Amino acid sequence: MPKPFDKLTATAAPIMRSNIDTDVIIRIERLVGNGIRGTLGKWAFGSLRYLPDGSENPDFILNREPYRDAEILVTGPNFGCGSSREGAVWSLQERGIRAIIGSGFGDIFFANCFQNGILPIIIDKAMVDQLAADIEATQGAGKVSIDLEAQTIVSPSGARHSFEIDPRRREGLLKGLDEVALTLQRDDEIHAFQTADRTARPWIHSTRTPASRTSA
Amino acid sequence: MPGRSLLEKIWDQHVIARLSEDTDLLHIDRHLLHDLGGSRGLLDLKSRGLKVHNPELTFATPDHALSTAPGRAGTSKIGMELLAALRVETAASGITLFDVDQPGQGIVHVIGPELGLSLPGATIVCGDSHTCTHGGLGALAFGIGSSELTHVLATQALIQKRPKTLRARFEGRLPLGVTAKDMILALIGHIGAAGGTGYAVEYAGSAIRALPIEGRLTICNLSIELGAKMGMVAPDETTFEFLRGRPYAPQGEMWDLAVKAWRELPSDPDAVFDREVVIDVEKIIPQVTWGISPEHVVGVDGVIPDPKAVDDPARRAAIETALEYMGLQGGAPIAGTPIDWVFIGSCTNSRLSDLRAAAEVARGRKVAAGVRAWVVPGSENVKREAVAEGLDKIFIEAGFEWREPGCSMCLAANGEVVGPGQRSVSTSNRNFVGRQGPRARTHLASPASAAASAIAGAIADVRMMGR
Ligand code: SF4
Repeated sequence: MPKPFDKLTATAAPIMRSNIDTDVIIRIERLVGNGIRGTLGKWAFGSLRYLPDGSENPDFILNREPYRDAEILVTGPNFGCGSSREGAVWSLQERGIRAIIGSGFGDIFFANCFQNGILPIIIDKAMVDQLAADIEATQGAGKVSIDLEAQTIVSPSGARHSFEIDPRRREGLLKGLDEVALTLQRDDEIHAFQTADRTARPWIHSTRTPASRTSA
Repeated sequence: MPGRSLLEKIWDQHVIARLSEDTDLLHIDRHLLHDLGGSRGLLDLKSRGLKVHNPELTFATPDHALSTAPGRAGTSKIGMELLAALRVETAASGITLFDVDQPGQGIVHVIGPELGLSLPGATIVCGDSHTCTHGGLGALAFGIGSSELTHVLATQALIQKRPKTLRARFEGRLPLGVTAKDMILALIGHIGAAGGTGYAVEYAGSAIRALPIEGRLTICNLSIELGAKMGMVAPDETTFEFLRGRPYAPQGEMWDLAVKAWRELPSDPDAVFDREVVIDVEKIIPQVTWGISPEHVVGVDGVIPDPKAVDDPARRAAIETALEYMGLQGGAPIAGTPIDWVFIGSCTNSRLSDLRAAAEVARGRKVAAGVRAWVVPGSENVKREAVAEGLDKIFIEAGFEWREPGCSMCLAANGEVVGPGQRSVSTSNRNFVGRQGPRARTHLASPASAAASAIAGAIADVRMMGR
């Protein structure tokens, strides 16, 4: 069940490159196995964070003070595109990230964030760029504040941006709702749908009698 | 009221409950599980004390974590554990598993269509972003994350926001040497890797109608590289012919009923789309990527973009970053770039027609010295059919390695990697940083182009190969 999210004031790190895909956020070999939760934080952005010899890359923003403790990422266009791996979100979460502000996100990554109590915020690219510039002007010392209830972001310069978010998603985050439990409350409706659908589209439901062979 | 699109028709048929103005609880008709996330989802469900809602609508196969070396030698310990867990948990839940060496095993997005599990008008999900592939049959198919996967296991339903609609019309006749892969890469180059974000894409137009199903699957496969998690082609006679007689396709009277319903699915002539793009396919030449996003793509007779010629600083910096990673010079021709690896496989291009196209180029020729070239069939059935046609022999005689079905070097999850700094031409779908291995350099291209490049030892224009 996701942790509720309402307000956050924290260090924010701008990572402005376009099209940072989920393979870059977490490499696949870190995700192979069923016991990976809790092991991923140190591998987030591995290819950017570490040099080929395994040492930290001092140029990468999350290796620099005060960004090392960032709980907010400010990102370039199309952040989180690519693979559906929820491990990308888990690795950011385990790294301490609680909100991501950008002009657009990969659709599946965006949905995965909400499932884990991470708030992804979409605002205009010009506003994202301004926010990144404001943060950099304070060398990261200036904090960013997010208020989900009021749907506002306050930049280190004091500039206030408002954002929009789907009301269902917002409520889910504010309360830390568990979608599986909520949907199971509608199990009667699911069964009613399936009963009617078995008549309307029987070919969808009768999968237990494949033609004798499985070779095509 | 305007007519409805293919997406809207399928969507409306699956609404269990309307949750808000734009968000619905949708019924899921097919749920496909693979080895990387399948057992994890089933164990997650168990830990919550829940049961699989509809095991008969759920199917599983190992593909990602399995080595494709002959005899599956080299599958990692964790890969073997995942396979064992998938076997135990699917059996405990009554889910059909297409296991290693059995007909039916293969890359999830290859076996769904091949077995007739993927049907027009069906909602299909899988914990994998290339689930959009199945849209080639007129299904509403999309990738989901782990939490959504558990949700579908528990409820056979999913909460989804209705996407915007984009129609991409490919018009004209495809020139010789140009394939479905080139069509979709050209579209990605045209509207960008985020051009489809938030949309469900319907591919239409005369060039799509003329494509066989396997080409349509390839096109839909790359929807996610356009940013769109759903891509689809309206079902037609070609679709029905493809599905007829497949093991899980409806039979007899049920087949007639289904086809009747499927004929109602195509978008109405007056359906309205939020965005339309038209591509003239006669202008497309074989495509190859030069950078680290599928949108970094040029015609194989083109040049690598020169950052110095780009005014916008952000774009210039992006090109510089990509060229540095790829070890390429801006302004140089892309053709002739020497390569180390060729990978023919993945859910994009590992079907029988892909292997035939590559074999056609490889026949009677030799892979260049210093190049390792792999052919990885998409499924056990594809493998058997290819062997029956003698394609394996053509490849082996030409110096390619013929492997077992699976994802293999597309994602480099089982030691099957392109080495650091090495360059590959790959028929897969992602040229991301490190996708084929740490610091590996990937150029995406069609199977024919990849085979031509293997022979040439460098990125090559298949149209120059004289076949
Ligand atoms: S072949 Fe590649 S893209 Fe396709 S499912 Fe496997 S890993 Fe994913």
